[in-house]
Order: sequence, then structure tokens, then C-alpha cells
Amino acid sequence: MSEHLVDIRNLHLSFFTPAGEVKALNDVSLFLDEGEVLGVVGESGSGKSVTASAIMGITADPGRIVSGKVIFNGHDIGSLDEKELRKIRGKEVSMIFQDPMTSLNPVYTVGNQIEEAILLHTDKNKQEARERAVELLRLVGINEPEKRIKQYPHELSGGMRQRVMIAIALACEPKLLIADEPTTALDVTIQAQILELIMELKHKLGMAVILITHDLGIVSSMCDRIAVMYAGKVIECGTTDDIFYNTKHEYTKGLLRSVPNLYEEESTRLVAIEGTPVDMLNPPAGCPFAPRCPQCMKICLKEMPPYHEFSDIHYSACWLTQKAEFEEAGKGEE
Amino acid sequence: MTKYIIKRLVMAVLTVFIVATLTFFLMNAVPGGPYEAEKSISPQAKAALEAKFGLDQPLFTQYLTYMKNILHGDFGPSLKQRGREVIDIILTKFPVSAKVGGLSVLVSLIVGIPVGCIAALNRGKASDSTIIVIATIGIAVPSFVVCSLSMYLFGVKLGWLPTVGLMSWKNYIMPVFALSFYPTAYIVRLMRSSMLDALGQDYMRTARAKGVSEAVSLFKHALRNAILPVVTYVGPMMAYTLTGSFIVEKVFTIPGLGGEFVSSITNRDYMMIMGTTIFLATLMVFINFVVDIVYKIIDPRINLK
Ligand SMILES: Nc1ncnc2c1ncn2[C@@H]1O[C@H](COP(=O)(O)OP(=O)(O)OP(=O)(O)O)[C@@H](O)[C@H]1O
Ligand code: SF4
Ligand SMILES: [Mg+2]
Repeated sequence: MSEHLVDIRNLHLSFFTPAGEVKALNDVSLFLDEGEVLGVVGESGSGKSVTASAIMGITADPGRIVSGKVIFNGHDIGSLDEKELRKIRGKEVSMIFQDPMTSLNPVYTVGNQIEEAILLHTDKNKQEARERAVELLRLVGINEPEKRIKQYPHELSGGMRQRVMIAIALACEPKLLIADEPTTALDVTIQAQILELIMELKHKLGMAVILITHDLGIVSSMCDRIAVMYAGKVIECGTTDDIFYNTKHEYTKGLLRSVPNLYEEESTRLVAIEGTPVDMLNPPAGCPFAPRCPQCMKICLKEMPPYHEFSDIHYSACWLTQKAEFEEAGKGEE
Repeated sequence: MTKYIIKRLVMAVLTVFIVATLTFFLMNAVPGGPYEAEKSISPQAKAALEAKFGLDQPLFTQYLTYMKNILHGDFGPSLKQRGREVIDIILTKFPVSAKVGGLSVLVSLIVGIPVGCIAALNRGKASDSTIIVIATIGIAVPSFVVCSLSMYLFGVKLGWLPTVGLMSWKNYIMPVFALSFYPTAYIVRLMRSSMLDALGQDYMRTARAKGVSEAVSLFKHALRNAILPVVTYVGPMMAYTLTGSFIVEKVFTIPGLGGEFVSSITNRDYMMIMGTTIFLATLMVFINFVVDIVYKIIDPRINLK
């Protein structure tokens, strides 16, 4: 079996809050190969960011891995201590975030913040780090990098700041870039530029990308594979074509229905599906989507649907597809 | 930057001028005079003294003379402490207050900032709650209570510390403690809340994602942002503390400027009141100026105009 760059296996991750155990991830399994672009979609609270943080080993405080494994680049993330994790973060895997306005430290120059990442993970001296920072700024398409490097974040526009964030992330040429809704906070025109930049850099540097987004238009055009998350579970995962043209899970179908036209010029945001999201403090026994699912059956309420594989890389967890299998199998026996 | 400094200097001179003018006329609007209380003095002697210091002139003439004199650095003689120049009194008393005050400022910063940070880092734990309770008490208890209690306990009851004057370093302990009590408590609370705020910011997550160590992310990324409110507070606090607290100086018999200022007011020593007021106003303006510059250095977003 080939080694995946990222291999998440049956990951259960909970936040132990005073109100109780928030089961943020329930049995997430996911993989990613080198140089691949994986889109992760799902509504707010479905666990996209928590999954990303788990790969980085930066799960926020009351959160802990309950069971399962996160393997990244051969490291078992859950078993490493802080010191070992720090060597990986920013070097082998980097992350950019939703809001470039607040993700940079306002009291340090752009240069300082880029150089910090370089100095941490390489044995370049200050002078060399500065040269590299200028080079990186040029790489992410910032004009007059020598001047920009001395500026503070508040002197740059939102799009420019996100470029700086990308420069920081790419400082040590990581194997994986996680982009957590990198364009949600930006103007539409800037959004396209930033996404283009990410793709361009991906081709140039050959890293893998995990793109977390609400925007189905973005994933359809950029990603090799897509994982759809619902209530802390990857309920369907497959190639972009699998997801769009061979949709298996009822939730994914709902998502696609709520997109008016994928090929319209403007990319389309997910429109909420009717019903309320799952209470993560008391998740239901059966399929988490059952209360909102138009096809809900008796078994859906009682038992969690198991994963079903349609191909090596296309799998989904929905009783409906199992039933179809059963029936087909039944027919064959007749 | 130079333009800004010049602008600030002009503003400073103007501020001090306005303070001086207001004080001059308000002071004279209050009935009574420097020699009223002295029963022994004969009307002739009083008239002679008043003539000597120009107090028999019309008020506006007095004002002009005074302002003209201070432009030459002449703050005049004390009306009460015979034969002493106001400027000499200030220059001998201020260092005393400034020493006690300066130590208090240092103590409150050295204790307040780390303790506030510790509370923030241990948010919700027992150590945090303990610190909050103590700090709240520190803010609520008036300084004369702190003075009297520590005086009674350590000075009288236990006899550990001297109670009068400033002869040795031991003399400094109680006044500095009393004077830094409130500001320390205040800084602890300020630091705790601003640190909590900074720790929750997105740039802290960015730092973590970069692989920055906890110590660096705390000292480099969080502290510099979190300290800004403390800097704002320290300005006025410093001006207040350096010039001496009347209560602390009275209780511990410290010959400082705070006590001098209050007695000059009760004595109606016009020259002394004016002198100290102008001195304090200048000091205040200067400290605020320094604080603004420091603020600008820490936070590049601040636009000095
Ligand atoms: N620090 C935390 N403490 C408690 N619960 C948390 C914490 N962080 C995340 N969660 C819970 O984990 C779940 C998943 O959150 P996550 O941030 O991954 O959602 P998301 O899919 O990224 O949503 P969004 O699209 O809004 O970013 C949520 O139900 C949330 O309540
Ligand atoms: S398992 Fe049942 S409830 Fe869940 S999505 Fe499939 S059909 Fe709907
Ligand atoms: Mg998120």
C-alpha cells in the first residue's frame, strides 16, 4: 500500500467543555497524496477547521483526540509532543486562515513575520532570511517587495495581507498547505486572484493543498477530490466528478440542489438546507442527517450508516445506497 | 516626527500657560491671604510685607509681573518660609517624592505585569481567582487604610520597620508599599484582561501554526499587544505617584512635594502654590508626551499627528 501524505483514520476528537463533551469529529477518515488538491466542504460547524487543526497538531484547548490516528508525512501527530510538532508546523505543513485582517500581528512588520518562519526552520542568518522574504513577497505577486517588507499589516489591503500570509506559509516550501476559507473575507475580484495564486504556487512548488470552503464553485474548478463533511463526519468523499455527477449521499445531493448553476460566472455559495444542524453535545444514534433528510428511513434513525465504497476513492455513508446494494444483491440471487 | 514634536511642544507651553493663568485668578478669588492667619502681625508689618511682594498692586498687574518673572525662570520667594525661593523648595522636595514615587511605579510594573499575565495564562484556575480577589481588594481599599494598617502592623505592633523619615532603605518599604498598592492592583487587572484578549487573537493562532514556541508567542506576539493599555494607564499614574501623595507623606513623615503642596494651599502661600502648580503641570505634560512616544514605538498603528 502506498504511503499517503495525510492519512486520517477513524478520528474521534472532542472538546471537553464545562457544558459537556462536544463531539466535534466522529469517525473522520480521509487521505491525501502528495501534490493533490483536496476540497473540504460542509456547513458551518461540520468540523472542517477542527480537522485542519488536527493535522497541524494545533487543536484548541479543551479539545483532545479521543481515538483514531492522524498521520502526516509519516508522523503520528497524536503521539508527538509540542516540541516535535513545532518542528513540523510551518515547515512541512502550513496553514492560512479566513481573515487576513486579523491573522497578522499588527505590531510587527510584514518582513519580521515572514522572516520569523524562515529563521525558525532553516539555518539562514538574518540577512539571508530577509533576502528570502523579499523573494517570497515577489513570488506571491507583491510589487515593490523591498518597500513592503518594512511596512506594517495595517498599511496593506486585505488581498495583500492574504498574500503575505501565503508568503509566510510557503516560507519553508511545505509539503502541504491548508487553506481554511482563504477568501471568504475578501472582495469577489480579490478572491479569484488569491485562488489563482494558490493554484499557481501549487504547480510551481508541487505541494499538496487542502482547501476548506463553503463555495462549491471553487472546489469544482480547483480540486482533484472533494470531501463533504456533516456533523463531524466525512459523509462522502470522492473525485470531483464522483461528487458532482455520481452523487451518493443525500446531504451531498441537497448541497448540489441548492446550487443554482455550477457553471455560471459567479461562484455560488452554499445555500442552507432546511432544518437545523446537529446538536454536537448530544449527537443522535443514527444518521446525523436523518432529521433533515427527505429520504429518511427507519433504520436511519436507529443506526449509523457504515461507509460504503463505490470505488477505491469514492465512499459514502448513507443507508440508501446500502439498500440499493442489498436490492441489487437480492436480484442477483434470484 | 519633528513636526509632531514641535506641535506637541507648542501645545505643552500653551497648556502650562492656561493652567498657570487659571490657578492665579482662582487662587486670588478665594477670600483670605497669606498673612491673615498670623495674629501677631501688626497692620503696619502686614502692609509692609504685602508691599514688598507686590500684593498691594491691582490683581492684573500682579499677574503680568508674575508671568514676566517666570519667563525669566524666577518663581519668586515663598511668602511663608521666609528667605527661601520657591524654586529651591521645589528642587529639594521633589527628589524626595520622586524617589519614593519612582520606586512605587517600578514595583507596580514589576509586580503588576507578570502577575496579570500569570492570571491570564491560568484563566479560571484557582491561582487566577486568588489573584483577581486580591487585586479587587487592592483597588477597593483606600490608601490611608493601607498606610495606617501597615504602619500599625509592621511599624508599631511588630516593630520590623521604621515609621518616620527616610534614613535607610528600610524606611522606603512601607511608603513604597502603600503608594504602589493601588496601581499594582490596577495593573494586574488591566494586564490580565488585555492579555486574555491578545491570547484569543487570530495572530496567535498564526504564530502557533508557524511553529513558534510558547515562550516566543507569549513574549513576542502577545505581550507587546497586551501591554498597550498598561502604557496608557502608566502615564497619569506616574505623574500622580512621582509628585508624592499627601496622605502617604503625612503618615510616614516624608518631607516631599505632596505635603508641601497641600500646606502651601492651606497657608495661602501664593508664590508657592503657583510654583508647584506650574511645576506639576509641566511634569504632567512631559510625562504624557513621553507616554505617547512610547505608545507609538510599541504600536505602529498609532498615527502621531
Ligand atoms: N475551542 C472549542 N471549544 C468547543 N467546541 C469547539 C471548539 N472549536 C470548535 N468546536 C466545535 O467543533 C465543531 C466544529 O467546528 P469547526 O470550527 O471545525 O467548524 P467548521 O466546519 O470549520 O465551520 P465554519 O464553516 O463555521 O468554519 C463545532 O460544533 C464547534 O462547536
Ligand atoms: S442514511 Fe438515511 S437519513 Fe442519512 S442521508 Fe442516507 S437516507 Fe438520509
Ligand atoms: Mg472553520
